[in-house]
Amino acid sequence: MVDIVDPASARAQTSDEAAKTRRPVPSWVITIGSLIVLLGAWEIFGRDINPVFGSYPSAIAEAGWQLARTGKLWAALLDSLRPFLLGYALAIVIGVPIGLVTGRFRSVEAAIGIYITAGYAMPLVALVPLLVLWLGLGFAVKVAVIFLMAVFPICINTWLGVTAVPKTLIEVGKSFVAPDSVILRRIILPATLPYIMAGIRLAVGRAVVAMVIAEFFTSISGLGAVIITSANNFDTATMFVPIVILMVMAIGLNYLIGAVERWVAPWQAEIAGRDE
Amino acid sequence: MGEVTLHDISKRFTLRIDGAVHAVQALNRVSFTVNDGEIVALIGPSGCGKTTALRIAMGLEIASGGKVTVDGREVSGCGHDRGMVFQFAELLPWLTALQNVMFGLEMKGMRGAELRATATRYLELVGLADSLNRRPHQLSGGMKQRVGIARALAIDPKVLLMDEPFGALDAQTRETMQAELLELHARTKKTILFVTHDLDEAVLIADRIVVMKHGIVQEIMTVPLKRPRPDLGKVRGTPEFADTRYRVWKALHEPTGTVH
Repeated sequence: MVDIVDPASARAQTSDEAAKTRRPVPSWVITIGSLIVLLGAWEIFGRDINPVFGSYPSAIAEAGWQLARTGKLWAALLDSLRPFLLGYALAIVIGVPIGLVTGRFRSVEAAIGIYITAGYAMPLVALVPLLVLWLGLGFAVKVAVIFLMAVFPICINTWLGVTAVPKTLIEVGKSFVAPDSVILRRIILPATLPYIMAGIRLAVGRAVVAMVIAEFFTSISGLGAVIITSANNFDTATMFVPIVILMVMAIGLNYLIGAVERWVAPWQAEIAGRDE
Repeated sequence: MGEVTLHDISKRFTLRIDGAVHAVQALNRVSFTVNDGEIVALIGPSGCGKTTALRIAMGLEIASGGKVTVDGREVSGCGHDRGMVFQFAELLPWLTALQNVMFGLEMKGMRGAELRATATRYLELVGLADSLNRRPHQLSGGMKQRVGIARALAIDPKVLLMDEPFGALDAQTRETMQAELLELHARTKKTILFVTHDLDEAVLIADRIVVMKHGIVQEIMTVPLKRPRPDLGKVRGTPEFADTRYRVWKALHEPTGTVH
């Protein structure tokens, strides 16, 4: 190794580096800026629209404050969140193992692959009335609808992820005489994690939509009921409150899943290359 | 003891190209022995079947005919009596260097304090005492392959099977690794079967060289260089090196089937 450095060239190098590594604009500043532009434009142009046909941020915030003050919002949120979390969690707990064995074993893939592919494209909205007939109008039907919407993207992503695991990594397991169950758990599962997490992220959006669909059909409780009631009363601003809450919730969950991903698969973020 | 023999190994498979089925004979009655403590290099042009022969010896592929024996006992499938070093190391990216070595040991049934101590010892043996907790992406190519070698050696196999282990490394790192491998061999006396397409490497490292072409063994040569070979640079300057290198080169360039 060369330890002697010409001081003049060293100085030149550091100033050069300073120019190259000028601190980039933080991502959150860009996101906030985008939000200000969008909400500002909505606030300005939204005011010109008849309040039955549309609304704008400050009116929605005002309606939200009213809903929160009366406690209606919290009751509705709780009614929606309980089946949401249960259905979503079930989709992960059941979808991931099914995806793993489907991707790993040719015979399982041949036996159930078609149902997973078909299930993903299933027009669930059309089937909700049937589910209501089977499960009633309560908690169970909401869980079922959310589960059915969320499980397939998780399952398909896991399945695809398994088929993308490099053959040589599996051969490492084989050459050390690892049993199939160990290869599945200790090689295929960690190698598939990025795909699984992507499926879990995709499922957030579908689960939120499923929750509202379920509440539209049962229409007794939850944020979906708030949407229906206020829409029927031509109270458009109030109708937007649960919609905005759901979208914000989806963003929050997405961040949460991202954090979990960095926690369970820290090597992934270190390997992945992404441009500024 | 640690002796591995390929007896009349053949490998056929079919390829479908534009609807037409082609039968490919990847290996045709390949036979050779790697004696206890010996290093044998398997050399030949790409597609000659050398890697297939090694993978069959490991049990990662099934031969269409013939058998593989380790110390006279026929083997089927993979076993702890053989340790594999892969071409690109193939470390599990989510595990640290130490955990990668521990993985192989765990599969052999080792548990507890012994597990960690053994893995550490073998990483020290390959000169990675300071990098136990690094993940593969924090290691250079040469370091990765050192972990790969430690992982295979740690299970104390009778035979070490290496598939072009230094093929992906730059020239300088490769020379260092070749010297280190010879040093490891001097210390552990492992039986090694080594696939390479590098003439110099084969002559520098091996006791005997098996030259393969088009799925058959063209010639088996003895390398007249004494062990130990502590200075490979000096070895390169000897007439024996130049002579052996020329003989291997000639064998590789002769038409198939003419064995002298």
